[in-house]
Amino acid sequence: MLRRPLLAALAAPLLATLPIAVADAQQRTRLTVYTALENEQLPEFKRAAEAALPGIEIVWVRDSTGIVTTRLLAEKENPRADVIWGLSVFSLQRLEQENMLLPYTPSGAEALRPQFRSSASPTTWIGMDAFVSAVCFNTAVARQRNLPTPSTWADLLDPAYRGLIAMPNPASSGTGLLTIAGWLGTMGEEQAWAFMTKLHENVAVYTHSGSAPCNNAARGEYAIGLSFDMRAVTLKNQGAPIEIIVPSDGVGFDLEGAAIVRGTRNEAAGRRLMDYAASEAAMALYGRYYALLGHPGVTPSVQGYPAAFAERLAKVDFGEVATNRDRILAEWSRRFDAKSAPRN
Amino acid sequence: MTAAARAAQRVRPVRSTDDVVLIAVVALGGLFLAVALAAPLGALLAKSFQDEAGRFVGLANYIRYVETPALLGSLWNSLWVAALTTAIVLPLAFGYAYALTRSAMPGKAFFRAIALLPILAPSLLPALALIYLFGNQGMLKPLLMGGTIYGPAGIIVSEVFYCFPPAVLILATALSGADARLYEAAEALRASRIRVMRTVTLPAARYGMVSAGFVVFTLVITDFGIPKVIGGSFNVLATDVYKQVVGQQNFQMGAVVGMVLLAPAVLAYLADGWARRRQTSSVSARAVPYVAKRRPKRDGPLLLHCAVIAALMLGLIGVAAWGSLITFWPWNLSLTLANYEFGRFDSAGWGSWWNSVTLAAWTAAIGAPLVFVFAYGMEKAKTVPALAGIVRFAATVPLAVPGLVLGIAYIFYFNAPANPAGFLYGTTGILVLNSIVHFYTVGHLASVTALKQLDPEFESVAASLKVPVWRSFLAVTVPISLPVILDVAIYLFVNAMTTVSAVVFLYAPDTKPASVALVQMDEAGQASAAAAMAITILATSAAVKALHVWTDGVIARRTQAWRSR
Repeated sequence: MLRRPLLAALAAPLLATLPIAVADAQQRTRLTVYTALENEQLPEFKRAAEAALPGIEIVWVRDSTGIVTTRLLAEKENPRADVIWGLSVFSLQRLEQENMLLPYTPSGAEALRPQFRSSASPTTWIGMDAFVSAVCFNTAVARQRNLPTPSTWADLLDPAYRGLIAMPNPASSGTGLLTIAGWLGTMGEEQAWAFMTKLHENVAVYTHSGSAPCNNAARGEYAIGLSFDMRAVTLKNQGAPIEIIVPSDGVGFDLEGAAIVRGTRNEAAGRRLMDYAASEAAMALYGRYYALLGHPGVTPSVQGYPAAFAERLAKVDFGEVATNRDRILAEWSRRFDAKSAPRN
Repeated sequence: MTAAARAAQRVRPVRSTDDVVLIAVVALGGLFLAVALAAPLGALLAKSFQDEAGRFVGLANYIRYVETPALLGSLWNSLWVAALTTAIVLPLAFGYAYALTRSAMPGKAFFRAIALLPILAPSLLPALALIYLFGNQGMLKPLLMGGTIYGPAGIIVSEVFYCFPPAVLILATALSGADARLYEAAEALRASRIRVMRTVTLPAARYGMVSAGFVVFTLVITDFGIPKVIGGSFNVLATDVYKQVVGQQNFQMGAVVGMVLLAPAVLAYLADGWARRRQTSSVSARAVPYVAKRRPKRDGPLLLHCAVIAALMLGLIGVAAWGSLITFWPWNLSLTLANYEFGRFDSAGWGSWWNSVTLAAWTAAIGAPLVFVFAYGMEKAKTVPALAGIVRFAATVPLAVPGLVLGIAYIFYFNAPANPAGFLYGTTGILVLNSIVHFYTVGHLASVTALKQLDPEFESVAASLKVPVWRSFLAVTVPISLPVILDVAIYLFVNAMTTVSAVVFLYAPDTKPASVALVQMDEAGQASAAAAMAITILATSAAVKALHVWTDGVIARRTQAWRSR
């Protein structure tokens, strides 16, 4: 009678997975929040928001910017998200074009910097904070190879860095796009393309992820990784021997924003979360990670940024970048992507 | 034509109950693949003929794509990398499978288990291990003599590792059924060993060879994970899909590249048909099972072949296991278990591991019987060749569909407000369905390969004894094929444990699988935590595999005794 114990052995783990008695007696409103915030921020943000908004429970769907934006767009016919909290403004604008955001001006939105709210009235999205392109510079590799420390974008053209730079591919990564949008904004089209052509000589790899260049720099795979500030800070905190450089000749930036998704079944709760996302309390929360906040009256508590940081931001017109995106990417791909076999 | 002749033409044999049952099985299989594969995929691929507003634009997107200079580069890169990988994997896997099935070398059970190791682990694991070994800070970097692991070299090495298990699975199935009488006859005729190999062994395994070849080729063409991690800037078609869909949310162009990627599936189907016509069953009802006798001159080299491959695999995994224990590679190599406290890196913590186990268990438990029964129907339903052919084609398609295309297609299809199956969306159910479909092809091919070796005489005898087909199926076919059904179940289980590309679009807040959590950890620069999650997944799958080896032993004693004399 071997057969029965055998079957039982096979069936037992299966039966154990049956969702028996998922009796959730909670009366709280569950808000499904799509986000590209960092994993380590999620518990903190959830705790703070739920404490401020009794009766609301936040459940996250968190992934990289590209994946979250793709999911939102693919789910357009039948949206599953209630609120977006922490997503690139480039993505929010794309969703706005598709008429997927529910207009609502949160209370207190008028106190935000003008660039930190959509131009529509009532607003379709609000900005929380800004993240900027930053250079992760591996000091251990620099010592090994006797490299100078760069402080500007122009410094990166030094032949000493040949084959030692990793940067995100703008066709795959939003970070890549914001980086070149910054160059286009500060240098002007013609000079920016000339700069990128020279930089191309030093670039070892164009990665598909915006975090990968800094991760690679942290592991010493490359000396220099072009990425964004938040990623650099977390890696440094993990003990990576990197220096975070915000180039002084103008950096591209992107806003993280919040919005209500059109089609939500929990509009009232969504509005309350939006009010919270625009509040000074929430801004202080963002200020633990980011140096530039939507509310000019809140002082960020994050350390390690240059004092005149805000002045280094490039003049980036998000609307214009969104409009020209296809053209910029096509041009970039024509120049650099087709011949991007790895070199040493 | 005379009236009598016309009347004669109209005479059709009466369909027996058995035929009706088989047709129903094929039809069900067709329905399943239509609902779970063709309809979602069609919904997405139709976008390749539309503009962003959904208007029909004919081939405009295709023309735009062909005019992109990067296309030809990606296409060429994909083709040669896939061809080279196939050329490396097939002989290695054939030798390995041959040793497992046709030799008397010691430790076969061990080597059989090791062969599966690469798919027990997420593909990130070998890639990470290769970076630790051969990356720019790698321990063995000097061995590359100035070359780089980033690019085609790293892709090919990782893909060989990753494609080895399905190739061995199919080839071992193809080689396991052999009629000893043929070998005895060959020996009596004093045929040379090479001649026996050429005229007996290889023809019997031809179908398996073609299947394995196309499985490997197609897997490499569609895989995105490995080129992303270790491919550097080396462009392939799968990374093109990623750029279009995830990078730019351009579903139209993503659908165009998705269509291009379907071409290998069509080729695979044609080759499959070609091999099918030339394949004869090797286990006839009168067959005497082949039992390898000791022959040191053959067994020695085969043992060496298997040992070298096994050592390389274990070495790569060993490096990754070590990587999961270090604090911060390569600057702080002190060992720690902290990387296994997943709650530190991801709020779901160990919960995502349980989600994955649930997903994998259901995928295996539902998928394996489903795949096998449908494969049986397609093989045996002789009265509806056209229908069986279409369903057979549909069964080979999933292999050629990149996971992210399948994932997005599922959103469009199952999340549509009008879809009655919409309740599945956001549950584990949709992840299970997606995983069964995503990994359908290899299970199907293994099942068909096993079924082909069974003499149709079993059915004829059953039919003449008036035994209904379902009884001969349950009493003869299933017991004989139980090892392959379990193999398929394990294959589905381990793939569901590691899959990322499709489910990343489909998980809900409380169903996030460990494989997705792992990619997110790697994205956040926590490579050691990612390695730890990969090792946890590997250990889980290995434990299930060990259970399989044990049940296999029990089953072999109960159902496979007839194979030995």
